[in-house]
Amino acid sequence: MSERIFLDISFPYETDYLCLIGKIGEQLAWNLSSFSGDRETLAYHVNLVLTEAVANAIEHAADNRSSPFLHVTIRVENGLLTIRVFDQGPGFSLCDVQESCDDTLEEHGRGIFIIKSLMDRVSYIKLDDGHVLEMEKNLY
Amino acid sequence: MLTNIESRDAVTLIQVQEERLDAHNSPELKNQMLKLLEEGNHRMIIDLQDVRFVDSSGLGALVSGFKNASARNGSLKLCGLQPQVQSMFELTRLHRVFDIFSDRHQALSSFQDLSEQT
Repeated sequence: MSERIFLDISFPYETDYLCLIGKIGEQLAWNLSSFSGDRETLAYHVNLVLTEAVANAIEHAADNRSSPFLHVTIRVENGLLTIRVFDQGPGFSLCDVQESCDDTLEEHGRGIFIIKSLMDRVSYIKLDDGHVLEMEKNLY
Repeated sequence: MLTNIESRDAVTLIQVQEERLDAHNSPELKNQMLKLLEEGNHRMIIDLQDVRFVDSSGLGALVSGFKNASARNGSLKLCGLQPQVQSMFELTRLHRVFDIFSDRHQALSSFQDLSEQT
């Protein structure tokens, strides 16, 4: 039977929690019993994409959001890692994100580029009360 | 943000004593670098040997320091990058922007070499 994990986490919209949420993802990667690849790199990448996505959600959060908590789910099922970060901000377009970082000295704008580089599929979906950034990675 | 700041041979050395450089603490580093530059410390080394994790905000803060130093005809160099941190610079191509050295001694020597040439 393939490994199944589901984590559902809510926490305040504060950057103090970036380390915690990143390390939860990192520890999950270390604990995947059926993963046979470069575990250290996977753990770092999961930490990083969670940190980037949550920081992005905090930065763009609407002032009049209905919930005081930022919501994240992490699922491992059928060899697929799926991370969803829900936000209640005005949203953004994934298409507006730069496709490469060549010759740029911009101070911002690398977060979504990093996520798209490290994950196999990334989508940003409109919901009734906000958006969800969905990031998938094939583990096998 | 825990940092150790010292001056050696007219070079300001900032050692970031944090495991993570991310959106939570990188604004503080950015402000520290800017303050030092405004005080006339235009030759700077950022020692990242204690930093195990850097995100796009951390990279952005270092880019800010680099640009502010360059704008003052100064220089900001990096040293002590751990492998995963180095990989972030390569992913974002920033390894082609910064002068990166394995340790602070090599970074300091590069400034001395520059002084001897001028």
